[in-house]
Amino acid sequence: MIPARFTYLRAASVDEAVAMLGQYGDEAKVLAGGHSLLPLMKLRLAAPGVLVDITPLDGLRQVRQEGGDIVIGALSRFHDLHGDPVLAEHAPLLAHVAGEVGDQQVRHRGTIGGSLVHADPAADLSAAVLACDGALVVSGPQGRREIPAAEFFLGPFTTPLEPDELLTEIRVPARAGTGWGFEKFRRRAIDWAIVGVAVTGTSVSLINMAGTPVRATATERALAEGASLADAAALAAEGTSPVEEPHASTEYRRHLARVLTARALERAAG
Amino acid sequence: MKVTIEVNGSEVSDEVEDRTLLVHFIRDNAGLTATNVGCDTTSCGACTVLLDGESVKSCTILAAQADGHAVTTLEGLSGEGELHPVQRAFRDQHGLQCGFCTPGMIMASVSLLAHNPKPTREEVRHGLEGNLCRCTGYHNIVNAVVDASGQEVGR
Ligand SMILES: Cc1cc2nc3c(=O)[nH]c(=O)nc-3n(C[C@H](O)[C@H](O)[C@H](O)COP(=O)(O)OP(=O)(O)OC[C@H]3O[C@@H](n4cnc5c(N)ncnc54)[C@H](O)[C@@H]3O)c2cc1C
Ligand code: FES
Ligand code: FES
Repeated sequence: MIPARFTYLRAASVDEAVAMLGQYGDEAKVLAGGHSLLPLMKLRLAAPGVLVDITPLDGLRQVRQEGGDIVIGALSRFHDLHGDPVLAEHAPLLAHVAGEVGDQQVRHRGTIGGSLVHADPAADLSAAVLACDGALVVSGPQGRREIPAAEFFLGPFTTPLEPDELLTEIRVPARAGTGWGFEKFRRRAIDWAIVGVAVTGTSVSLINMAGTPVRATATERALAEGASLADAAALAAEGTSPVEEPHASTEYRRHLARVLTARALERAAG
Repeated sequence: MKVTIEVNGSEVSDEVEDRTLLVHFIRDNAGLTATNVGCDTTSCGACTVLLDGESVKSCTILAAQADGHAVTTLEGLSGEGELHPVQRAFRDQHGLQCGFCTPGMIMASVSLLAHNPKPTREEVRHGLEGNLCRCTGYHNIVNAVVDASGQEVGR
């Protein structure tokens, strides 16, 4: 399968990428690792006229500490993040989750920025960044703006990003020593999660329990009020709206959310 | 557009359509056909090559994205008449049946061993999750990677 014809452009800087996106508007798409976009284009589910390749922007492929924040360049690949010592110390949940995305080859190519912007409700890192109270830094023709993760995921594959905006950084508060847990249930090794749970401290978010990643607010509230881990986990599916699919009913998903949350909370506490 | 890729140490330069996939550049422009196209949907790993030393699925990368970079295919692993240790281990351990998945399995194994020179059987299985063997010879494939790492092959 070969994508429909398009014009390939390579950006040498963030400003140039933004200018190229501005010039072609809706017709253009950013190309990062290409591991969501190219499969869609090969299936002709997407047919952008122009691709703006940002992979040469090495400056966006770093993790650094800045005051109380860890700043992750949007082009950092899953494999980079999994092995990054700064992330391992200050945001160990993210370092772990990055090693659980897809397979070895996918992790060598896919980027955290691409995963977040793609906004698949089944994505692992979106839920993990949400649990970490992260923020997404975006560059556009009007300059930079910061969008909290809680406001970034609007629906399946939908974000507030404008066509001429580029996600450049993800910022999460440094939380060295905080307990974390991550669980995802899938049928086969390379499948996306049917349901997943990311926990850091007492923040809990869920994968695939709604059209976006969501916080398990009832569980979090119960924890804050001193409930046991088991009692708090039993509330994990409250307020969620999981989809019904042939291999996973909504009730099955709710059950998984409760069981996996209990495991992730225990891991985080242990 | 004009694309120049260092393939197995030699520069290959060609004028290609912007939408050309790396796997097609390798097979059609560089004329190297060990790299197979299996699923064509990023699932099976048959098209795995090393891009700047890291295993990637070449059916899901544009040739344009590899422009100016270095690619290693199965053909680039072995020296003159000498098999690469991973190739030799696949032969010794019967790590292949029809052989269709084998080039991708070997390239993924080389990348896995580069990061983890002494993997456990479990780590080999995790590292090769992106490669499917239609003949389902996984057990001997794991044996081959353990053997290539210089460890005793447990059963
Ligand atoms: C076999 C396989 C298994 C997978 N398994 C999993 C899994 O288990 N869990 C999981 O979470 N994901 C999984 N994925 C999904 C995948 O790894 C990511 O969604 C993907 O890598 C996205 O990142 P990318 O850099 O490849 O983005 P691309 O495909 O290049 O881009 C994705 C989208 O984001 C836009 N975009 C990318 N970067 C930016 C930016 N900086 N600014 C603005 N827009 C941008 C693009 O225009 C496009 O719309 C899997 C993928 C494959 C192929
Ligand atoms: S052909 Fe590329 S992954 Fe199957
Ligand atoms: S040996 Fe036949 S597909 Fe693996």
